[in-house]
Amino acid sequence: MSANFYYGIEVFLNGMMAGVLYSLVALGFVLIFKASGIFNYAQGVMALFAALTLVGFQNGQIPFSNLINAVFGTNIHYFGWNMPAFLAIICTLVVMIIFAYLVEKYVLKHLVNQEPIILFMATIGLAYFMEGFGDLMWGADIKKLDVGLPQGGNIWLEENTAFLGGPDFYGFYLDNLDMWATVFAGLLVVSLVLFSQYTKTGRALRAVADDHQAALSVGISLRTIWVIVWSIAGFVALVAGIMWGSKSGVQFSLSLIALKALPVLMLGGFTSIPGAIVGGLIIGVGEKMFEFLIGVPFLGGATENWFAYMLALLFLVFRPQGLFGEKIIERV
Amino acid sequence: MKLTKLAALAVAATIAAGPVLAELVFPSLDYRTGPYAANGIPFADGYADYFALVNARDGGIGGVMTKVVACETGYNTEKGVECYESTKGMGALVYQPLSTGITYQLIPKATADGIPIHSMGYGRTSAANGKVFRNIFNYPANYWNGASIAVNHILDQEGGDIKGKTIALLYHNSAYGKEPIRTLEELSKKHGFKLSLLAVDHPGQEQKSQWLQIRREKPDYVLMWGWGVMNQVAIQEAANIRFPMDKFIGIWWSGSENDVLPAGDKANGYKALNMHNVGSDYPLYDDLKKYVYDAGNAAGAGDQSGTVLYNRGMYAAMLAVEAAKTAQKIHGVADITPAMMRDGMEALVIDEAKMTALGMPNFGPSFSVSCENHGGPGLGAVQQWDAAAKKWTLITDFGPSDMEVIGKLIAEDSAAFAAENNITPGCN
Amino acid sequence: MLYREAGDYKTSYAKDQQTFPIAFDRWGYRLTIAFAVLVVPFILNDYWTNAVVLPFLIYAIAAIGLNILTGYCGQVSLGSGGFMAVGAYAAYKLMTSFPELNIVFVILLSGGVTALVGMLFGLPSLRIKGFYLAVATLAAQFFLVWLFNKVPWFYNYSASGQISAPERSLFGYAVTGANAHPATSYLFCLGFVFVLAWAARNMTRGANGRKWMAIRDMDIAAEIIGVDPMKAKLTAFGVSSFYIGISGALLFAVYLGAAEVGEAFGIEKSFLILFMVIIGGLGSIFGSFAGAAFMILMPVLLKNIMVGQMGWPTDLASHFQFVIVGGLIIIFLIVEPHGLAQLWRLAKEKLRLWPFPH
Repeated sequence: MSANFYYGIEVFLNGMMAGVLYSLVALGFVLIFKASGIFNYAQGVMALFAALTLVGFQNGQIPFSNLINAVFGTNIHYFGWNMPAFLAIICTLVVMIIFAYLVEKYVLKHLVNQEPIILFMATIGLAYFMEGFGDLMWGADIKKLDVGLPQGGNIWLEENTAFLGGPDFYGFYLDNLDMWATVFAGLLVVSLVLFSQYTKTGRALRAVADDHQAALSVGISLRTIWVIVWSIAGFVALVAGIMWGSKSGVQFSLSLIALKALPVLMLGGFTSIPGAIVGGLIIGVGEKMFEFLIGVPFLGGATENWFAYMLALLFLVFRPQGLFGEKIIERV
Repeated sequence: MKLTKLAALAVAATIAAGPVLAELVFPSLDYRTGPYAANGIPFADGYADYFALVNARDGGIGGVMTKVVACETGYNTEKGVECYESTKGMGALVYQPLSTGITYQLIPKATADGIPIHSMGYGRTSAANGKVFRNIFNYPANYWNGASIAVNHILDQEGGDIKGKTIALLYHNSAYGKEPIRTLEELSKKHGFKLSLLAVDHPGQEQKSQWLQIRREKPDYVLMWGWGVMNQVAIQEAANIRFPMDKFIGIWWSGSENDVLPAGDKANGYKALNMHNVGSDYPLYDDLKKYVYDAGNAAGAGDQSGTVLYNRGMYAAMLAVEAAKTAQKIHGVADITPAMMRDGMEALVIDEAKMTALGMPNFGPSFSVSCENHGGPGLGAVQQWDAAAKKWTLITDFGPSDMEVIGKLIAEDSAAFAAENNITPGCN
Repeated sequence: MLYREAGDYKTSYAKDQQTFPIAFDRWGYRLTIAFAVLVVPFILNDYWTNAVVLPFLIYAIAAIGLNILTGYCGQVSLGSGGFMAVGAYAAYKLMTSFPELNIVFVILLSGGVTALVGMLFGLPSLRIKGFYLAVATLAAQFFLVWLFNKVPWFYNYSASGQISAPERSLFGYAVTGANAHPATSYLFCLGFVFVLAWAARNMTRGANGRKWMAIRDMDIAAEIIGVDPMKAKLTAFGVSSFYIGISGALLFAVYLGAAEVGEAFGIEKSFLILFMVIIGGLGSIFGSFAGAAFMILMPVLLKNIMVGQMGWPTDLASHFQFVIVGGLIIIFLIVEPHGLAQLWRLAKEKLRLWPFPH
């Protein structure tokens, strides 16, 4: 077999890993869409905000320090502690739960029964708000995020597969971080499934997803469910923020990962958790393989952004509700 | 009715922000927010701090106080236009647009208004031809110089012969990133190296494909024209595939502390170009501390002092102040106009003696500007990152670039612009 | 007694169907137009034109365009930025390939080209609905931006990929390029805005508009009563893209003067225009203007107040600006989900009945 064949496999594997990372972001969208029919554009900004908060806690940054300094003429920046990663993650989670509560109380509660597009716009407003708020709270500089995840290529794998494809093949390259992300994504999905299948709250969640009014009529509090769902989405955002933030540092651009998740959503369906995973894999593999086979040799590269959307579009033409989306039944 | 009320408020606001007399106004179109904020903050701080120093220590330029008018663009072209229009009435002397997009937009506007633009190491490269672009300056170096300086550095490393070597260019897929391609193509013909182009789409968070390709093709060197998050990810991915960092060279916008710090120790040895010196080991910094920092007048959070981009902002401010001094000397007036400022910029001479007198010995190259050449000599140096010490050091002198190749390209591109816009090239 | 009609004394269909049934409104409208044409050009300075008025007019066209598609026909699109890019690049190619061509035709033709492209990307709408369609239109956005960046023909093989508008004039007055007087570029855009808004208003209450609205309200039901969904949706995409293309061409040629596709026509633009439409009010021409005014004026106003009046550091001010704009959007949606146009409509209803609301 030629080296190129094995490189193809390598690209395929890396595509799967990238796909898992996309899925992580997409999961947050799916959770909220399922429970409340809201297409939460702020998911990307939530990932940014969560990561910012995590780093802030870890480094002992004083929130709003720039603002305080500007208003009171003081010069404070740090509390002077270094929180261990685990504790910081817990604290960040608490912040995300408080955030979910506030969103429900001040935004969602007032928008019950509105059209989906209005809710969508509200989340864009929320995204703007959080963007400014996050910057005010933690500053706009790039922050290094380190929670102890391994970085770099897996050398063991590289060395032990190098014999496969002759002298031009250097062994399979897989990123340690990506592998950890896959593990976490797997754990996340399994625990989400277990949670929604076997706990009381989980059942309530599914009931709400099926039919808001029926759920209300059997005594499920919609508002509590929404807080829970937004908290879980906040947690998913935190995981996504950690994974992407470890790569690039925590900065504004982290919020743009939402754009990578949208084709995944289209393809997998807005309402399906397995859909988010499978969709992520297809998009990840698809865009990487297209870039490898066609993009770079024939089109001059950088095709990934639009190809993901084109691929999803193609799937949609055949299955307008996505691969795993609930069948759309229309009645007059 | 709501709208009229809003409009009335806006009128009030604009009137209040009206012109101020007997001050030399230097607008700063900075970006402290948005995707590139991390790079915009240090530059803006450095720019503002230098003027604060000039005011506090020297009592302004030639006895006239300076005033920096900050206007937030967020790196957005439309906000840039708004900033330009809102500040130009205040007697703005020179604009630093700080973004390729805004520069392109302001070139015709500022030319029509007679205000000079200084796009230092960015913007339209062929603006170096002052015969066509009378109001635009891009000294001391531009992207095409940068490409050539990087290739020269590689030539040095390889003992002068790079025939048959492969150089990959990893570029931001935008106007900015595509700038060096033509120069590199010319140079590859001249020196016989193979050029491989890898585009990264905005914003550049996901570069696995490109780096796998680099790993497969094993180019001898990788050049990077990156911006924002693309830099951090590229350096991280390069470390991941264990690409030798000392063969990875970024342009000056890919060489700040922000770009290398997230990758930690593994970024050690990464190189980048620069057009000025690094660090805070200059007498000027003592003055800054005495007159600005200790007086509590530092711009922003005051924590950027000594970083690469802070120095760049300061360097830009220094060049602007020197040009203003030159203009005052030529015209014999202290309160200069933008047109005089333009003359000052065109007659600007920076030499070692001047920089030493300013407390910045060997801070940048010595050069002089002329009508034919608004781009300066195109000198640049290479800096290298030391991850343990967390600092950049210059590892070469300010070396020349291949003006033979670049001059031809500049002439070609500026001629095309002149033809498109009915400009007769010439000095006055 | 000002804002009042006493009884229903309409004797002809024309009277019954007029856009402004109340005399007060009619005069208000005429006065606004007269003011905009006769007074505004003389009081405009560079700042007002370039920072506020031109973007407002140009975005209003785009907002009307998207409102036709989203507000009237119910098809959510996030591809507006890409379509604006088509308009801009078409204008650039036309201007540089046919230097003699009148600028008005250049702009109109750019709109036409965009309409064709828009219809092509509208095809999936026959199968895909709702948010799936919204995300699908993002494919157009990303693909078009990539295309204009990739193929050097579109930017005439210039070294950097930037396009810049050469100077063109109308009746001897420069309308594009740096030498254009603010008043001329203003009047030029105003002309387009007036004609297009007038056309949109009349189109949306004609047969086509009714078909679009039928599709919006329930496409299956519309099909049953004899509306051809393909024709309705594609005309909506075509007309909407025509408007958006024109606004893109004006944005590039008259307002910016130079543009680069990724920066000037990125995804943010698509969202910005959708914002305008929703804040202003879906399915309302007036709403498009109100939304555009809100989204353009608000940040400038906030900036001038916070930085100009109160002297805040620019970075804090602009962070606050995000917080305030985001907060206002949410508040608006909570208070009045149907946008500024609905507030206006309610105000008018109240005025009509005042002082005897019962």
